[in-house]
Amino acid sequence: MDFLSDHQPELLPGNKKLPPLQGAIEAPHGTTIVAVTFPGGVVLAGDRRATMGNVIAQRDIEKVFPADEYSAVGIAGTAGLAVEMVKLFQLELEHFEKVEGAQLSLEGKANRLSTMIRSNLGMAMQGLAVVPLFAGYDVDREKGRIFSYDVTGGRSEEQGYAATGSGSIFARGAMKKLFREDLSEAEATTLVVQALYDAADDDSATGGPDVARRIYPIVTVITEDGFRRLSETESSEIARSVLERRLEQPDGPRAALL
Amino acid sequence: MSTPFYVSPQQQMADRAEYARKGIARGRSLVVLQYADGIVFVGENPSRALHKFSEIYDRIGFAAAGKYNEYENLRIGGVRYADLRGYTYDRGDVTARGLANVYAQTLGTIFSSVGEKPYEVELVVAEVGETTEQDQIYRLPHDGSIVDEHGAVAVGGNAEQISGYLDQHHRDGMTLAEALKLAVQSLSRDTNGSEREIPAERLEVAVLDRTRPQKRKFKRITGRQLARLLEADGAQSEAESSEDTE
Repeated sequence: MDFLSDHQPELLPGNKKLPPLQGAIEAPHGTTIVAVTFPGGVVLAGDRRATMGNVIAQRDIEKVFPADEYSAVGIAGTAGLAVEMVKLFQLELEHFEKVEGAQLSLEGKANRLSTMIRSNLGMAMQGLAVVPLFAGYDVDREKGRIFSYDVTGGRSEEQGYAATGSGSIFARGAMKKLFREDLSEAEATTLVVQALYDAADDDSATGGPDVARRIYPIVTVITEDGFRRLSETESSEIARSVLERRLEQPDGPRAALL
Repeated sequence: MSTPFYVSPQQQMADRAEYARKGIARGRSLVVLQYADGIVFVGENPSRALHKFSEIYDRIGFAAAGKYNEYENLRIGGVRYADLRGYTYDRGDVTARGLANVYAQTLGTIFSSVGEKPYEVELVVAEVGETTEQDQIYRLPHDGSIVDEHGAVAVGGNAEQISGYLDQHHRDGMTLAEALKLAVQSLSRDTNGSEREIPAERLEVAVLDRTRPQKRKFKRITGRQLARLLEADGAQSEAESSEDTE
């Protein structure tokens, strides 16, 4: 399984000793990732902003990636390390599948990601943490599942919805009020865009839909049919309809009081 | 002190080649054919678990005839080579030509090293391109040579006879069902010229389909999908067999 460390260990990220640190390292950080399950699958989405201190480092960064046919990973934290980690994760899943002739179980994939995050703990303690959100369709149980992680690699399965990154508190609050057990796929994709809008509303490091530059959140759906990323037209349509309603009601849809 | 037997290098190589050839011919044949939308692999394989065909990378497939443990070893080596390349550089930098070269080196070294027995395997490495013209099929015999093939290729068993049949009947732009039918026909011809029936459950079929939206173009065809394709060619086969007799 861990064939890179057996064959070409020098290619592995996080294998080198870091020089003693003088002050914090400035590197772009990714911000908010959200996920929601619905009967038949799971939706994973992320905003497009990367920040470096108070500066917006990138407006159109992509933070949600397919891990394999039935799972995806969204990353918050140091962008460079996170992208590298995802690349390695994709490689391991694909390599396992081809050599063994069968896919890893969803649990197996989630556990593997956990180990990879833990191996990055040294860097995390120097301020270069990577905290992903992992979502996938469990072909054995026939439902979508979400796993969240902490910097030490601690893994926990989330029920219904989850968020990670700097805007996650606000996104989670929004999802808590909007989530229902019987969402359709279309409703679930709208829900994640609403949650990202609320995160961007209150967290300066999270980017909202950028109509002027045509930059919209990345929304991905994983079902029985596999991974699918919504096209730019599809996600812009959702973002625009959310935006339109917010022009009348800036705080978004209201939940019932009782 | 006894004098060791002298064996000339020519004789030694000929013996080794003979040994490998016989081993490969003992196994069942398999065929690799180009069709309009890609490349199809067809072989007779009673086992559901031990595959003759497999995915190496996005556009690259692997087929092998001969001894299972030996080609499985080479297959895993190939997957390792491809994954490592793709990770270090880019997915686009993994090519069938590069992979075939590595296999040729490995097979050639094993074949000519005195200490080891030659591998009793014959490989096919195929890469599906954007168009039929860009498809690449390489055949790698036991001694480490590379043969660049076009259209159709057969290895293992009575490969020579099957190749002859395929050369006569294969044409460009066949549909998948047509190519599959031709493959099954060619495989069911015995050495003595008689034909036998190969049931669908004994067939192993895989395709490299360039129309697949995913990056990874390799796909196994099994169960209902295979039955449907075999049935589709049944309808056409009557019309075509009447042409054959004319």
